Amino acid sequence: MDIYLDHNATTPVLPQVASAMADALARTGNPSSVHRFGRLVRRSVDESREAVAALAGVSAANVVFTSGGSEANNLALRGFADRVFVSAVEHASVLDAVTDADIIPVDADGVVDLAALEDMLAGLNGAAVVSVMLANNETGVIQPVAKIADAVHAAGALFHCDAIQAAGKRPVDLRELGADLMSLSAHKIGGPQGVGALVMRDGQDPEPLIRGGGQERRRRAGTENVPGIVGFGVAARQIQETANSYSAKLAGLRDEMERRLLAAAPDALIHGGGAERLANTSCIGLPGVSGEIQVMTLDLAGVAVSAGSACSSGKVTPSHVLSAMGLDDDAARNAIRVSLGADTKADHIDRFVDVWSDMARRRDTGAHSRRSVA
Amino acid sequence: MSGAPTAIYLDHQATTPVDPRVLDAMLPWFSETFGNAHSEQHAWGRQAAVAVDVAREQVARLIGAEAREIVFTSGATESNNLAIKGATRFALRHGRGRHIVTLASEHKCVLEACAAMEDEDVEVSVLPVGADGLVDPRSIAEAIREDTALVTVMAVNNEIGVVQPLAEIGEICRDHGVLFHTDAAQASGKIALDVEGMKIDLLSISGHKVYAPKGIGALYVRRRPRARLLAEISGGGQERGMRSGTLPVPLVVALGEAADVARDGLAREGEKLTALRARMLSRLQDSLDGVFVNGSMERRVPGNLNIGFTGVNAEALMAEMPELAISTGSACTSASVEPSYVLKALGMNDEDAGASVRIGFGRFTTGNEVDAAAEMIIRAVQEQRAGNSARAAE
Repeated sequence: MDIYLDHNATTPVLPQVASAMADALARTGNPSSVHRFGRLVRRSVDESREAVAALAGVSAANVVFTSGGSEANNLALRGFADRVFVSAVEHASVLDAVTDADIIPVDADGVVDLAALEDMLAGLNGAAVVSVMLANNETGVIQPVAKIADAVHAAGALFHCDAIQAAGKRPVDLRELGADLMSLSAHKIGGPQGVGALVMRDGQDPEPLIRGGGQERRRRAGTENVPGIVGFGVAARQIQETANSYSAKLAGLRDEMERRLLAAAPDALIHGGGAERLANTSCIGLPGVSGEIQVMTLDLAGVAVSAGSACSSGKVTPSHVLSAMGLDDDAARNAIRVSLGADTKADHIDRFVDVWSDMARRRDTGAHSRRSVA
Repeated sequence: MSGAPTAIYLDHQATTPVDPRVLDAMLPWFSETFGNAHSEQHAWGRQAAVAVDVAREQVARLIGAEAREIVFTSGATESNNLAIKGATRFALRHGRGRHIVTLASEHKCVLEACAAMEDEDVEVSVLPVGADGLVDPRSIAEAIREDTALVTVMAVNNEIGVVQPLAEIGEICRDHGVLFHTDAAQASGKIALDVEGMKIDLLSISGHKVYAPKGIGALYVRRRPRARLLAEISGGGQERGMRSGTLPVPLVVALGEAADVARDGLAREGEKLTALRARMLSRLQDSLDGVFVNGSMERRVPGNLNIGFTGVNAEALMAEMPELAISTGSACTSASVEPSYVLKALGMNDEDAGASVRIGFGRFTTGNEVDAAAEMIIRAVQEQRAGNSARAAE
């Protein structure tokens, strides 16, 4: 267990986050309690709400803390309108939040087809939510959200943007993106697992998914995950400070990595490589070697990457993202995702490139089975 | 606690401190051995997945279940929502009923989850409880209809601590072929629970009520005969499709450890808390007149005392004791000035309900704290009563 290149699946918590959470875990109190124990922990929740609000460019009242990104996405898609449109490359928690969503097609790089979206929205009658992610979790491809927002608003619908993978890597200001609703997750930005948020423009209020007490202004019941929220707040503050240097540093590492992979295997494919991408993400196809074999080989060499997203990594079906980009099943199965983090070093990349290049060489000399393992 | 060294915390039904053993178990999973438990293709993920498996086993053992019957959630509120709405929606979709039976004294989130189903054309029968806070199981048998999909009755009441007759209710539900859900947020780790013996089909667990952190809970979902649910949060299909979302590994580990610690010390801790409660009650009764206990004293969880002082305003009483953390009603509704709906369900009048407080003892409560708290309460009650008489005399 040496080299972790799966930061889009989850990130280690930042040291500042860990120490803030340790303090929060040592404090007793239910934020709804009126006594001083309750009031003290309530204050720490309020401070974190301010920090997440600042990251998203909204007021604190427009932040609803949830148990994570999946819940935030479900709340966005089920809490505002019956009619839902989602892009074909969305995360499963958006795609499956409702059973009857209309699917917006994407091009070969995974970018939403704007003309198709406009056609779908023409003649729209009544309330609807259109959900398109800011950056894809498997390929890192960035969507033209400003243009999408214009089209959505022209049709009188609400625009939800899943910014879970983009946060910390690019600005996620709700207004700059033109979004009405936006999902965030703590554990993708150096915060803890188990906490996320749905942020909203003024005047938007979801029908709650989880009912009960009056927490989160009656938009999400349940005793607040105080230590988790505290950790989320610290992480949000931290990434606002480091977002600029992050991209500059990682894009250089990632681009150099891809150049060397292509040198080792000229037939390898960088999926989504023709589009603007997150600086840390690379989705690489190696014809003739299944993603599972690649991941396993790398794992044995102490390098962690993934085939597809973590939630679906137990499944043997090819990535729905790559399929939506027009790849056939074989090509979709032969892809792996490499995602760098703020702590990734050049020698981590060297090691990964060495193991992967060796694998490609063995493929070419027949040492590897050419058959994809289903 | 920083800033309040002399404060005494007797509000363990609102939330509990994290047990140091639980903290030690969970902390390494934040940064040292972090991983997404669903990334089973690499070592980081597998290590996290193993930790989740262990925790699932620990939680299952606490209630006599199998590991694969445990679904991790963000807490008991989510568990209750998933159990009630999920099971009822499944029944609706498959034509297996459109009626829920519950109690007037249930937790707010149970009542609200049931009320939400009324919007989907489900009928809800809200049964009364007796003056002791307990439901007569026969009234449940009578309330069950041909189209009843679910009976949801809490194990232990969050305000008055009374323990409902789970085994009798389970028997009735099984006989009628109706699913039985129990909100065991206040019961798990406090009293012995056995989903087999009690014939429970769905059972909600909270982390932060059993010395694990906030933000984690579980729902037991019976496999044989199978209880079926529609998911509330869809997506990656984690937790066998019943609850999507990346599992919070440190929190899951914490809940598992908390379950083990609670199971190991269940009898011992019960005796300790019963003694502390008796000590508090006798101190108060020895020094004050007009002291009354709300709800059955015999069938009550050891750490709970819900007690009233005739003629006293409980809100004002608490304001007089900033160094003592106790509560009126549940935390979720404690900002409200309305008298507790639970106490009203016992048939109490507004005045007595408004004169009552909940005192919750916990694992780390000491006899000295109980004595000091009793002194504070006695003084505050006496002062308020003296003030009331002086005003009445004017």
